Amino acid sequence: MALMRITSPHAHGPMSTSKVMLNVLLATIPGIVVLTHFFGFGTIVNILWGSVVAVACEALALKLRRRPLGFYLKDYSALVTATLLCVALPPYSPWWLIAVGIASAILLSKHLYGGLGYNPFNPAMVGYVILLISFPVQMTAWAPPRGVGELPGLMQALQACFTPAAFDGATMATPLDLLKQNNSLLVKDLWQQSPQFGRWAGIGWEWANLAFLAGGAWLLYRRIFTWHAPLAMLAGLALMAALFNDGGSSASGGSPLFHLLSGATMFGAFFIVTDPVTSAVSVRGRLIYGAMIGILVYIIRVRGNYPDAVAFAVLIMNFAAPFIDYYTQPRTYGHQRGEGEE
Amino acid sequence: MRKVFGFHGGIHPPENKHQSVRTPIADAGIPPQLIIPLSQHIGAPAVPVVAVGDVVLKGQLIAEPEGFVSVPLHAPTSGTIVAIEERQIAHPSGYQAPCIVIASDFNDEWIPHSGTGDYRDLDKAQVIERIRAAGIAGMGGAGFPTAVKLSVREGVKIDTLIINGTECEPYITADDILMRERATQIVAGTLIMQQLIEPSATLIGVEDNKPEGLAALRSAAEGTAVEIVEFPTKYPSGGEKQLIEILTGKQVPSGGLPADVGVICQNVGTAVAIYDAVVLGRPLISRITTVTGEAVAQAQNFEVLLGTPMSYLLELAGYQPQESRRLIMGGPMMGFTVPSPDVPIVKTTNCLLAPTEKEFPTPAPAQACIRCGMCAQVCPASLLPQQMFWFAQGKEFEKLENHNLFDCIECGACSWVCPSNIPLVQYYRASKAEILQLRRDNEKSEQARIRFEARQERLAAAEEEKEAKRAARKKAAEERAQQAAADGGEEDPIQAAIDRAKAKKAAQVTGSADESELEKLEKAVVTTRKRLETASGKLAQARDQGSDLVQALQTGVDKTRAKLDAAEKALHDYQQANSDAPMAKAAPTDAAQAAIEKAMAARSAEAALSPAEKARAQLGKLQQRLEKSRAKLAESRDSGAEDKIIEALESTVERLSEKIAAAEQELQATEGA
Repeated sequence: MALMRITSPHAHGPMSTSKVMLNVLLATIPGIVVLTHFFGFGTIVNILWGSVVAVACEALALKLRRRPLGFYLKDYSALVTATLLCVALPPYSPWWLIAVGIASAILLSKHLYGGLGYNPFNPAMVGYVILLISFPVQMTAWAPPRGVGELPGLMQALQACFTPAAFDGATMATPLDLLKQNNSLLVKDLWQQSPQFGRWAGIGWEWANLAFLAGGAWLLYRRIFTWHAPLAMLAGLALMAALFNDGGSSASGGSPLFHLLSGATMFGAFFIVTDPVTSAVSVRGRLIYGAMIGILVYIIRVRGNYPDAVAFAVLIMNFAAPFIDYYTQPRTYGHQRGEGEE
Repeated sequence: MRKVFGFHGGIHPPENKHQSVRTPIADAGIPPQLIIPLSQHIGAPAVPVVAVGDVVLKGQLIAEPEGFVSVPLHAPTSGTIVAIEERQIAHPSGYQAPCIVIASDFNDEWIPHSGTGDYRDLDKAQVIERIRAAGIAGMGGAGFPTAVKLSVREGVKIDTLIINGTECEPYITADDILMRERATQIVAGTLIMQQLIEPSATLIGVEDNKPEGLAALRSAAEGTAVEIVEFPTKYPSGGEKQLIEILTGKQVPSGGLPADVGVICQNVGTAVAIYDAVVLGRPLISRITTVTGEAVAQAQNFEVLLGTPMSYLLELAGYQPQESRRLIMGGPMMGFTVPSPDVPIVKTTNCLLAPTEKEFPTPAPAQACIRCGMCAQVCPASLLPQQMFWFAQGKEFEKLENHNLFDCIECGACSWVCPSNIPLVQYYRASKAEILQLRRDNEKSEQARIRFEARQERLAAAEEEKEAKRAARKKAAEERAQQAAADGGEEDPIQAAIDRAKAKKAAQVTGSADESELEKLEKAVVTTRKRLETASGKLAQARDQGSDLVQALQTGVDKTRAKLDAAEKALHDYQQANSDAPMAKAAPTDAAQAAIEKAMAARSAEAALSPAEKARAQLGKLQQRLEKSRAKLAESRDSGAEDKIIEALESTVERLSEKIAAAEQELQATEGA
């Protein structure tokens, strides 16, 4: 038998793209559990329906692009996109909203650019922003947390998704909305007046953020990504909040802790900012990329028109990632700094 | 404790070293046939000094180095040279190379040899010469001639001598077992190098996954100036550049040598080879090779004669060919697959790895790069492998070079971690080769361009000159015509002057030709006579001494005599033929005088003619010349003469045509007058 001729290295490490994606999926579980606990089955229904649409879109795109279905579906990247987008959507979203979002993410943001690895923008965030701009009413209808309002059951959640006209769920402003709309009350009074607030931030939100933080920490431990971008983002956000925290006046932007545990902060830091495809790659590049997202999140949250800002901040920095990479090449062994960076 | 530094990146692949260190070094014995490639090192291949059929003894020189960066080869055992021919060798490209093939006689009979226990009495050059004569080339894998590396250039200060006992590649234990079993020789060899280089620190660097080797080295080095340094296990710590950074904190400048930061690195195997060469007087004819992988029953280290076919060694280790689809020389990270098990073990073969399909599965097809950056995290050269991968795919060579592609040491860490299974190193290797090829091509085309431009310039200058002359001629002709028109029937002084000069020149040429011809003939007679005299003298001498050369000399004399006769005759004939010529020429004092007289005669004859007649005669002459030139030109064209000749003829034709035109004008003017 002829001997095989291949070049080194002959050994290969244990990591594979499918494993990376599966790890990311697993790491979202704590956050999803907490969201479900506080807001009901809406998120899970979102994810299930979103995954079906995502796999269908992925298969369609692969077929149109004449790529082997099995080989590419096995990388689980479509499922990751679906999960991340559906976690970000309000629970009890109608089926068409989810479908439009997923289709935008998979077809428009990913496959039109050449598929996995070639997309300059984070697909989940592209889907989210398209929905937010096109359907602002549906996208800002967040359910009240457990203890504040009535939680729909599983059947109602399914009904909300597939026969939205028949579903009449209560919605309520999120803590970030409340803080933004407030212009007459001290933060302390606002806190007491609104039942949505909890210990450090919003009820449910604070625990969901901590759960996503836990998932992210596990991914860090598994070395799926490095700490640079997520920690830089959290630091950037906290720094901005600390700089502009006026001690709780009616014009206050909110404390650093409030921002860290509100909205999509932790989810964004560990599941969106860490998307390798669309972020900067060098160590210094990731620090800059993450920090800039953190700063932008604060600015858009406090000064912009939308209550949360992770999606916009991430997309803006997606634009800048290649530029950052260009200027943050690491110093190669045996070179002086600055060499070859013309 | 010496401070140990870190280096960027690195990985921790499964070591798989324990399998091959369970038993001590085994002697592989003598195979029936040894195949010794002439090139087992970096540099020029050695040149055989034996011929097919020669009987050689163990340790006998069979090929000598060619040039400075080269090493000699020695017979690994006694036997007969049966072939010096191209054989398949262990090379990434799998090509054939010239080899000396020895059939063993199994007596293993040594050539007389001796070393010196007291090398300290030798001067440095002598020690280096012994190392060179022993054929030692870097045993770690690169195979750079050791004597060259140890010859420190004037003015270069080496402060650290590093002996590399890292062996960071998985599976390989050749250095490990050497440290366990031959630590004394390692230290002894190191001390020899220390004497040569005189560094301020001599270090043997070993990863902390070799506690037995470390312990053996420590006890062997006790009381010497050799320091054993232990550092954490990480691949690729054993890379020369990485090891230097670990032990000194310094980085070898890009494109530079370790000596640039005052360091020389040698492998532990090389140290033992130096000890053998200097102290025992043994050339490098064997080495330690690890045979391992799940396709061999008994993974272990062998002391093996260079040139032993891999198949022989594999058989000793219980190789199951049906289990293995690839055979790797070197480790799993940087080793290369060999084309057949029949290729020989060489000076750089530290490991023979026969993995099963389960152990190293056939690589899965590559998935898309998700820019996860794991490759950049592990790159020991701090490169951005994922960026370079994009550029390599797009063949953006300039960007690749800007991203320091040539600082890639091809350690394979990036490919190892890549979750998408992309064979990154393969891309870099291919790109490097393509860039080098492009550079060579560019150099060639640059030279061609310079040559071409120089030629164009030359041609243009020549053309310009020709054009200027042509213009001048044309102008002169026009002036002449005008002058003629203006002067009417008057005599043409310019034409007359030209004619005069021409006549003079012609006369000179004939005169000097006559003279030189005569001289030549006279000279020929004189020299030939002289030669004949010398030859006759020699002949007489030879006859007196009764030499064997008489016959030959006789022939020479006869020939010379014949030549002399011929020369004399030629001279005589010439003199006869020319004897009455001076009389006919009215005995002018010299040739110039004759020319002048001739010209004056022509002038007076011309003066007798009417201007119109004169012009007509001139025109007739010109037309004749033109006809002749045209005929010549046509002939040259038909025969495909050189461009130069055709060009010259063309310009003559042109010139004549111009002249005729002018003459016609002149004639018309005269007739009109």
